Amino acid sequence: MSAMPTTPQPRWMRWVEQRLPIFSFVQHFNEYPTPKNLNYFWNFGSLAGITLVIMIVSGIVLAMHYTPHVDYAFDSVERIRRDVNHGWLLRSMHANGGAMFFIAVYIHVFRGLYYGSYKAPREIVWWMGIIILLLMMATAFMGYVLPWGQMSFWAAKVITNLFSAIPLVGEDITTWLWGGFTVDQPTLNRFYSLHYLLPFIIVGVVVVHIWSLHTVKSGNPLGIDVKSPKDTIPFHPYYTVKDMFGLGVFLLIWSIFVFFAPDFMGHPDNYIPADSQVTPPHIVPEWYFLPFYAILRATPDILFINAKLAGVIAMFGSILLLFFLPWLDSSKVRSANYRPAYRVAFWILVVDCIVLGFCGANPPEGAWLHISRAATAWYFFHFLILVPIIARVETPKPLPFSISEPVVKPAVARA
Amino acid sequence: MRLAIAAGLVLAALSAASTSRAAEAEKPKSVSWAHDGVFGTFDRKQLQRGLKVFMGSCATCHSLRQVYYRNLVEIGLTPSEAKAVAATKEIDEIGDDGQPKKRKAELKDRFVSPFPNALAAAAANSNKAPPDLSLIVKARAGGADHCYSILTGYSEPPKDWKDEEGRPRKLEGAQQYNKYFPGEIIVMPPPLTSEGQIDYGKDAPKATVDQMARDVCAFLSWAADPTMEERKRTGIKVVLFLLLFTAVFFVIYRRVWKNVH
Amino acid sequence: MADAEAHGHGGETRRDFILLLGNAMAVVGVGALAWPLIDSLSPAADTKAASTTEVDLAPIKAGQRVSVKWRGSPVFIEHRTPETIARAVKDDKVSMPDPQPDAERHQEGKAQWLVMVGVCTHLGCIPLGQNTGDKRGDYGGWFCPCHGSHYDASGRIRKGPAPKNLPVPDYRFVTDTRIVIGEKPKKPAA
Repeated sequence: MSAMPTTPQPRWMRWVEQRLPIFSFVQHFNEYPTPKNLNYFWNFGSLAGITLVIMIVSGIVLAMHYTPHVDYAFDSVERIRRDVNHGWLLRSMHANGGAMFFIAVYIHVFRGLYYGSYKAPREIVWWMGIIILLLMMATAFMGYVLPWGQMSFWAAKVITNLFSAIPLVGEDITTWLWGGFTVDQPTLNRFYSLHYLLPFIIVGVVVVHIWSLHTVKSGNPLGIDVKSPKDTIPFHPYYTVKDMFGLGVFLLIWSIFVFFAPDFMGHPDNYIPADSQVTPPHIVPEWYFLPFYAILRATPDILFINAKLAGVIAMFGSILLLFFLPWLDSSKVRSANYRPAYRVAFWILVVDCIVLGFCGANPPEGAWLHISRAATAWYFFHFLILVPIIARVETPKPLPFSISEPVVKPAVARA
Repeated sequence: MRLAIAAGLVLAALSAASTSRAAEAEKPKSVSWAHDGVFGTFDRKQLQRGLKVFMGSCATCHSLRQVYYRNLVEIGLTPSEAKAVAATKEIDEIGDDGQPKKRKAELKDRFVSPFPNALAAAAANSNKAPPDLSLIVKARAGGADHCYSILTGYSEPPKDWKDEEGRPRKLEGAQQYNKYFPGEIIVMPPPLTSEGQIDYGKDAPKATVDQMARDVCAFLSWAADPTMEERKRTGIKVVLFLLLFTAVFFVIYRRVWKNVH
Repeated sequence: MADAEAHGHGGETRRDFILLLGNAMAVVGVGALAWPLIDSLSPAADTKAASTTEVDLAPIKAGQRVSVKWRGSPVFIEHRTPETIARAVKDDKVSMPDPQPDAERHQEGKAQWLVMVGVCTHLGCIPLGQNTGDKRGDYGGWFCPCHGSHYDASGRIRKGPAPKNLPVPDYRFVTDTRIVIGEKPKKPAA
């Protein structure tokens, strides 16, 4: 934390400061020295943070109107849409907000992949980010179950059934998760409880994420370290105003969905009340889970592991392997701007993830199955083989000397 | 970047092609609705005609659980007219003596369902309960267009009607051919069959099958999304505010950053 | 900490032991508190009570199929005729995705009673074939309309995307014509 401000303060502020250093804490955020060359991709961290706050606030109010009971959940959501004052707005904000949150976070993650934000000394920032992503996925999944429409019910059934793939104890774990012998009232009730809880745990991990970031300081598009105070500017007002501008654009896009296409990202079947006796012909998750769903369904039998278990392992593995990225990519150069080969690999990975998204939206039959398998294989090939190899053989472009001086120095020798 | 966009477009096209095949139903006819678009609003007169069609035809088998009689004021009925619609139905309640009794439905009641429960509805309709129509427009891909296409899409099956594996198909029992329905077989008999089936009264368009289908689907669009007009009105204000907000902060941003090199 | 407080050998040992005991008790205490919380998520008594379904088979005539609800899913029960059984047994040796002889699909000496969970093993749809006039598929058993899986007279998957045969639930004959679905048979079948 920075030292006490030098400007004279009113006595009451000093009194508070001695007991709770709240003003120097705020001052730390205001003065946080930030590289002056951050581009718009650095907006998405604070956008995700603001989205989290909006989701929590709208969610708390929605919870005051929602009934977590299999007989009333669907009707209570309809009552929110129809009868609660501005309920349609809250509900549409919250439902579309989930998708907007994932848009912000996915761009944030790919920003990290492109600019090497996972490399020393920011490994813990990166790991906290992955934990946030996993918690978000769990929260979003349980939130999707709450309206208790057909897709809610069958999504819950399909996803909880994944745990039955675990050898020996799988069935018991699934029964324990359900609190019964199928997805039913106990399941809905506990999902509601956890959907309310998890966002606050996310807030806690976000605090650690930012704490760690403020210890090691922000990266930047050049991927080089800050050399002198000339390279940085205080966070406020420079990045606060830039973030406000970015927020305006983000909220505009969000609003267009909320007010003019509230169901664009949803599925019509979720306007049919849940029916355990009728399966929808095509069960698909929300778009932000489609790449993972594609990996789940594409994985065939591998050695002695059956396809179901292999799919579950591959799906969770696709995120868990991100934890090892700081070691998989041993290149000392952070930014892909100076890594020609990695840069190409990065864009192929982006395309690969989009391809997986389309695979997830289509039945795993015919050509789609082959495309899914190829794209899944490529995803793992990228992280486990391509990235380590590129890190060893690639010759990076010469890096500039510092952020404020565009003088180029020779490329660093790689380890 | 360009690679990513190009790949996205190719896949979108591929995906569109394969999903339409998977749905195995004809794409719904495209209808121009009064409530389409950013500024679209419901045509109150049309909704009122749609209500007549609903009450006169659909309501015999289908419920409309999410709509209350009080909501009819929103489509331009006077409170007493809405009360009169409610009073045509009866509901069960427990009387002061603790015995079940019937009373006329009131404004505060939900639309009365034609069957006491889902099992009774299924038993009376070839073992398949007719779906509730409150959200039918939102619950079907294609929305109001799908609704209109189903209502006007009944016909004789094609001469050499075959399934995916090339075996001939034919209708059995209560089955009807409707190329807009997934699987092409629908058990609902055609609900709108003859001109003037519903009395539209004076100062109204001719009650052709086409007109009745349009009107009832407009009514069901309202039933599925009664806050649509408020949503769009608010949305225009919010978007205008956010445009200004964004512009103001863009100017501030440029000004604050003027001296950063 | 032990270093700083090291005074005499006997005292240190005793203190270390009591510290260890204290920590161990804290761990046990936390564990003992956690267990009821975890266990409370397992099916409750009322849920378990609703987990068995008793069915009277007497009114089901030969050749008839009925559906009962068990744990939220439909269970198909068929009173098979000798011809149906013969047809099922005849196919025992034929190659199929999930090979299983007909004898493993019913309880010993009760070949006429076929009891299966009526949920397609592909994606959980409910196959057709229970009602008269339903499509029964190419093998005269059940047919799943969602993705076209054909099951035979023994409920075995023969054609289509489903990987497994229709599952046979645990059930027990209480009398000759009464079964309880959801309870293990006294003697294992087959």
